[in-house]
Amino acid sequence: MTATTELPTRKDEAWRYSAVEKLRAGDLDAVRQIDVAAGDSAREIILVSDENSGETEIHRLKVNVGENARFEIFGVIASADYARLEVEVTLAKGAHFELGGITVGGRDTVREFVTRVVHAEPEGTSNQTVRSVHWGQGTGSFLGSIDVVRHAQKTDAAQDFKGLLLEKGATVNAVPQLEIFADDVKCAHGATVGQLDESARFYMAARGLPPELSRRLLVQAFIGDALVSLDDEGEQERLLRAALDKLDRHL
Amino acid sequence: MLKIENLSAGIDGKTILDGLSLEVPAGEVHAIMGPNGAGKSTLSYVLGGRPGYEVTGGSVDFMGQDLLDMEPHERAAAGLFLGFQYPVEIPGVSNVQFLREALNAQRKARGEEPLTGGEFLKLAKEKAALLGLDMEMLKRNVNVGFSGGEKKRAEMVQMGILDPKFAVLDETDSGLDIDALRVVGEGINAIMRQPGKGVLLITHYQRLLEVVKPDRVSILAKGRIVKTGGPELAERLENEGYDAVMGEMA
Repeated sequence: MTATTELPTRKDEAWRYSAVEKLRAGDLDAVRQIDVAAGDSAREIILVSDENSGETEIHRLKVNVGENARFEIFGVIASADYARLEVEVTLAKGAHFELGGITVGGRDTVREFVTRVVHAEPEGTSNQTVRSVHWGQGTGSFLGSIDVVRHAQKTDAAQDFKGLLLEKGATVNAVPQLEIFADDVKCAHGATVGQLDESARFYMAARGLPPELSRRLLVQAFIGDALVSLDDEGEQERLLRAALDKLDRHL
Repeated sequence: MLKIENLSAGIDGKTILDGLSLEVPAGEVHAIMGPNGAGKSTLSYVLGGRPGYEVTGGSVDFMGQDLLDMEPHERAAAGLFLGFQYPVEIPGVSNVQFLREALNAQRKARGEEPLTGGEFLKLAKEKAALLGLDMEMLKRNVNVGFSGGEKKRAEMVQMGILDPKFAVLDETDSGLDIDALRVVGEGINAIMRQPGKGVLLITHYQRLLEVVKPDRVSILAKGRIVKTGGPELAERLENEGYDAVMGEMA
């Protein structure tokens, strides 16, 4: 037996909104290392949607993106009592990181994206878009930290989170954390939380759409933002469907 | 076709419609005019079933069915169309997708086969051309970035595609210039001036009524119909104003 990673507590900033009580020894041991060579381009698609995926599902990635390389990750978290996609990315000169994330869930599930993006060299860019749709006592979170080191000038980093609460009792958390030590950079972040637009729903009903269909269309439009930069229509469709099916089955 | 009897309704405990009665038989266009605050928009929302509006008395019979007992989407499937004074913007949902889903939901509720994508596009093109709306506009998101006039044209294109039996049009003429007014008015005629169809046309102004010639005109004031007449009533209102025309009844 090798040593097992020590389990965190809720006091750890990066685990504040997590269901730490659901973590078991060994859950955090597996960290996947990905290296994207200079000038290359790589994409990861992670879909947590298996109805039988059990209590916890944790994906931990450590990614080095080489000079002028591009790394994309698109993820939908739609199952497991507690699911977390954690990714730490280090960007070389001129490298780009793209994240499109969606969490959906009800009951008392907790589903989260946790990212740490290190702009370690100049001219790196990153763009992160997360959409969370929850109901019941469900929780969705996006904890995103961006570190820009002293000489990483001309960094351009953006984070955008929107949460949609379909029922009273659901929660979303957005924790942007920016540590910027260079002076010629662009870093933007935004977070909003809202409900379905009732006047849009009445308008849609007045045209003949039953409530479950208008909700599906509005949620589709809402989460679609996270997938606009995925230039593969088939994959876009597959991810959208996984998220919307969850909604149809459980709401 | 539409029979409203002694209807009382309001919002937040405030009575707005106060014993309103009105009947529109099939084949008729009935215009409702009235001063601000008379309850014109409330009437259209109550007929459409907007949440928040509470009916406290009376009844509405729509082609033999109790309209007030139906959900908003069921009213649409039964053939009622509500034209909005302020059409709602829906970011991220295209007109084409919205209308196709809406039409097919209505058809499903009526036990009809859904239209295929090709059939729907053909229908949409035909109706867009009728109202002089560029088909490209229908590929854009519902009402997003549309001017006031474009929104009203788009409402009429929606009406053409959904082909309702009865339309309640709430100030469809507001925000239209003279040319657009003519196009929209002629659209209403083309789509709704047919045997077995009816229209309740809520408006402030006489102008639209010069294009869509109403069979009857009623004045709504303080939540009830205070006077009904032929098209000449609208002309008198335009010339003499509400106070003068209504004053003679006091």
